[in-house]
Amino acid sequence: MMKGRRVWIAGLAAAMIAMVLLSAGSPNGAANTQQAAPATVEVKIDNFSFGPATVTVAVGTTVTWINRDDIPHTVVSTDDPKAFKSKVLDTDEKFSYTFAKPGTYPYFCSVHPKMTGTVVVK
Amino acid sequence: MSKKPKNEILHDHNGDGIDRRGFLECMAWAGTGVLCVMQGGVLKSFSMSRIGKVDAKKMAGELSFVQISDSHMGFNKPANPDVAGTLKAAVDKINGLVTPPEFMLHTGDISHLSKPEEFDNVDQILRGASAKQVFYVPGEHDVLNDDGKQYLERYGKGTKGAGWYSFDNKGVHFMGLVNVLNLKAGGLGTLGHEQLEWMEDDVKHLKSSTPIVVFAHIPLWSVYPEWGWGTEDSAQALAYLKKFGSVTVLNGHIHQTMQKVEGNVTFHTAMSTAFPQPAPGKADSPGPMKVPAEQLRSVLGITEVNHVQGHHALAVVDAPLG
Repeated sequence: MMKGRRVWIAGLAAAMIAMVLLSAGSPNGAANTQQAAPATVEVKIDNFSFGPATVTVAVGTTVTWINRDDIPHTVVSTDDPKAFKSKVLDTDEKFSYTFAKPGTYPYFCSVHPKMTGTVVVK
Repeated sequence: MSKKPKNEILHDHNGDGIDRRGFLECMAWAGTGVLCVMQGGVLKSFSMSRIGKVDAKKMAGELSFVQISDSHMGFNKPANPDVAGTLKAAVDKINGLVTPPEFMLHTGDISHLSKPEEFDNVDQILRGASAKQVFYVPGEHDVLNDDGKQYLERYGKGTKGAGWYSFDNKGVHFMGLVNVLNLKAGGLGTLGHEQLEWMEDDVKHLKSSTPIVVFAHIPLWSVYPEWGWGTEDSAQALAYLKKFGSVTVLNGHIHQTMQKVEGNVTFHTAMSTAFPQPAPGKADSPGPMKVPAEQLRSVLGITEVNHVQGHHALAVVDAPLG
């Protein structure tokens, strides 16, 4: 699944480069290639688990968690100090965090601590 | 690792006279209301329908109180779109008890999302109960977003730490514990060092003949750790209570009745007043269990507890709402 996403992101990047090349005459062309489209990844909370439990993303990626359970959950970094901490998410509510630095970010649901997940940022 | 521990509550290896058959018989009655009485280490069960015929005076005792749990005010999903209605039904049930309870224990998850209006709503509904005093402990749903600050402001007057406390009534020592804060990733409920120290100190000077009632949200015994149904450091807490001849542990959290007897300790979990949850391991997750509307009130309920002085242990009676 991750491989597929990476391939997709790579494809997207190639398409963007192609677009930039096509609009090479534009004075803003160079600046646009520096700001590659922000990547987003979704993690679904369902049946008291994070899916996928581990996601590997590029620096700058925004991960969005969406609660599809009928019970509220949270998304809280296990690190000290905490890298991120959501408010409680009721059904269908979302939480997003943009990972600016490489590293491994373990997290859990502070309401149901048996629920754990990891974001790997490369 | 064997998968057997899932069934550990069904087996008793403590040589206390409670065999698997006796326990299951007790469990089987739970759905229709059951009275489990411990007398001299022997567990006796009666169905609720027989209670009227059993010697009422024997049941009543000197102290009678009620446990309610897991009101989840604010929950509005299919399992029960009217949790206010079922809480009112629980109050009606309490008001109809033959022996009016002196007070109520609420073992947490008062609210669903820790919203002020949810707490207000529960307070208002419980004011309709004949028993005016309510002793609370928080569930994890009551301490969302603020590590329990709001809960402490509302219910924590005169308590220690994150809201734990003890009190005495008619010779019974009650301890309300908090095991829903500072939970660690991958872990279970937690009491924490500070609360354990307080516990040790709190019971130090009590006579071993003092009946003890401990109440907390998450079970203080290992019901089903895979779903987080247990408390990391409960063994330490129970070690402080070893000298006592009668210890009754009342919990909520799992939205169903379960009982286990270990030596002098009787563990009991209460039904929710809001929605049922599946039996351990019987579903993909411990999420709300959807039952046909006409069956809902048979899986919600209250727990009545009686203490008769001189008797070995307290009598715990589960009564469904309908």
